[in-house]
Amino acid sequence: MAWAILSLFTFPLHGEQISAPSDSLLERGYRFLTLSDESVRMVLLGTVLMGLSCGIMGSLIVTRRLSLFGDTLSHAVLPGVAVGFLWSHSKDSWAILAGATLAGFLGVALISLLKKTSRIRQDSALGLVLSGFYALGICMLTRIQKMEFGNQSGIDKYLFGQVVGLSSTDLWTMAFSFLLILALSIFLYKEMLVAGFDSEYARSIGLPVDFLQYLLWLLLAFAVITSLQIVGVVLVSALLVIPAATATLITDRMRPILIWSGLLGCMAAATGAFVSFLGSQLPTGPIIVLVSASFFLSVLFFHHRNGLLFKWFSSRNRNHRIALENTLKAVYQELESIDFQKESVSVGQLAKRRRASMPQAHREVSALVEKQYATLHADQSDSPASPKPVLISLTPKGWGTACRIVRNHRLWELYLTNEARYAADHVHDDAEKIEHVLGEETVRRIERILSNPRKDPHGKLIPSQRDIDRGFIS
Amino acid sequence: MNPSDSKPLEIHDLTVAYQRKPVLYGVDLEVSEGTLTGIIGPNGAGKSTLIKTIMGMVPSNGGWVKIFGKSAKKSYARVGYVPQRESVDWDFPVSVLDVVLMGRYGHVGWLKRVGKKDRIIAGECLEKVNMLPFADRQIGKLSGGQQQRVFLARALAQESDLYLMDEPLVGVDAVTEKAIIELLRELKNQGKTLLVVHHDLSTAKAYFDQLILLNMRLIASGEVEKTFTRDLLQKTYGGRLTIFTEVADQSAGVREYEKETESS
Repeated sequence: MAWAILSLFTFPLHGEQISAPSDSLLERGYRFLTLSDESVRMVLLGTVLMGLSCGIMGSLIVTRRLSLFGDTLSHAVLPGVAVGFLWSHSKDSWAILAGATLAGFLGVALISLLKKTSRIRQDSALGLVLSGFYALGICMLTRIQKMEFGNQSGIDKYLFGQVVGLSSTDLWTMAFSFLLILALSIFLYKEMLVAGFDSEYARSIGLPVDFLQYLLWLLLAFAVITSLQIVGVVLVSALLVIPAATATLITDRMRPILIWSGLLGCMAAATGAFVSFLGSQLPTGPIIVLVSASFFLSVLFFHHRNGLLFKWFSSRNRNHRIALENTLKAVYQELESIDFQKESVSVGQLAKRRRASMPQAHREVSALVEKQYATLHADQSDSPASPKPVLISLTPKGWGTACRIVRNHRLWELYLTNEARYAADHVHDDAEKIEHVLGEETVRRIERILSNPRKDPHGKLIPSQRDIDRGFIS
Repeated sequence: MNPSDSKPLEIHDLTVAYQRKPVLYGVDLEVSEGTLTGIIGPNGAGKSTLIKTIMGMVPSNGGWVKIFGKSAKKSYARVGYVPQRESVDWDFPVSVLDVVLMGRYGHVGWLKRVGKKDRIIAGECLEKVNMLPFADRQIGKLSGGQQQRVFLARALAQESDLYLMDEPLVGVDAVTEKAIIELLRELKNQGKTLLVVHHDLSTAKAYFDQLILLNMRLIASGEVEKTFTRDLLQKTYGGRLTIFTEVADQSAGVREYEKETESS
């Protein structure tokens, strides 16, 4: 189907690359970075303006949950592009901007009309307008392509994008729309903020919310239309959505989102232009989108606070710590069961208490040793067993941690039974989790509330700070 | 300001219809300065609609609203509006302080940025509702009661003379509810006028000194002692007016549009 549309047009390669393939990679890189070439300068300026405009507008629509509006708008302006072209009989960017803006507004108005007067919901209305206008646009462009003056017009590049043909008028329209967008995001920042968050309230303080909404559509249409010829109808929405989505992963404040989104869009555009200039046969628009997407993935995985990798690491660390603490607690309980008459327990005893296999218990013990919570030594007594069991003794650090965990557990159980009125047989499972997260300060508060208790609901001693310091329980 | 000749709120013969179905019908109302008034009535009675119409968010089909003796439009600067909590996108990237600062926007004016003085006022308002420690939190990471308190802080920051609040006590725990009512009383004692949509009959008598009983028609308004009576409540919540609403439905030629009327 796509090829059927494609074959209607007679362009050599949709999404043409900027550089001549004859130069070497190094030469091309040099030419790009020194900006010695007129065409390089224009392409870079065009893509950067596009990245900034779309980044900023994207942050405004993504935070308003209107991501799909960008996509709809980029398709809906297509008939307007055709009308603008027919009217001016040339690829004059101002005429096309005017025609496309008009078509975009018609689309938006149709969506709100559908929503108001029928049962159609917003998503369906978006789909209707998107595909309807797009079909109309394709028909008109195809006709133009077949007309005399339409030949060689380059009108087809609105479908798939083509950075080569950028004229200085194109750049002027881009600069114009970027400046308007910049002005909006600076001077009407707070008005846009309150209208986006709470439009009813914004109305109540006398803000013309509908006007602001139309302004948003207008500038969104500008951003979309000026970007069309670089990346084409389908990929424009990627320029709007991806940088803004990336920014929302980084921060949850509007102003930083605006700035990040603009910067990310700009960086992706410049990098994309560079990469497609370096490589031969690489179309600029799709490369820009791919770079943008790779930025998104990098942030998604590697962001130092919100990245998936960071979250995975910290959850793994936490599980590690909890496992260690549970082993320590088992050692403590084992020592407690013999009234602290000895200072060490065997791995076998530990395995039994932990309900673990011997190899498993050995692994847990070596983790303790590795973290210097415990030491291992052979049994010195004259026990008849052979081979002699390996004994575990806690270091002062291990002892302290074990006491803390047991204390947390028993204090929490006591707190639940005495203060929260839990039954004594309901508290253990909860305490199993809470013991690992109770902070020192919370413990103090619980101790104060329970007036420094000595025994838990099951009659077991709660290790106190003194016991921890002394290194033994008495 | 001369209180005798300019009531904070006057409504005359106000009629509102959604999709041609009447929601409010010929409502006359006068609210005196320095009062704390509760608006009560069953679901779909048009309580929220009344407030939204006063604020000009819902077009009226007849009648007029005057605020402080002037047309409503000219007086919005003196009115603070607290919307229902559901009307807002809580995932929006704003902090608690940002939201309270929005209360200052009306004072700051177009194109300008909020100043230091506005920040100080916003901080004080947050303090009053005990939300200052949360100032930097993203607004969606609060509990329902906390969000409601932030809304209230924003209203305080507006420093309005007339407040219209749409169910500020929904989803709020008992302690917060008491604190909010305390705050509303304090505002009243400062001479502010407050109109509060309230859903809970059991507390209405204790919280407000004036009541507006609404069920499409204005059933009664005035002092709690005179309006919170068995007879009037029966009339508001009871079945006697069902015929009225049924006929209204039929006259509009519309079957089921209840959803749109109450939830939007």
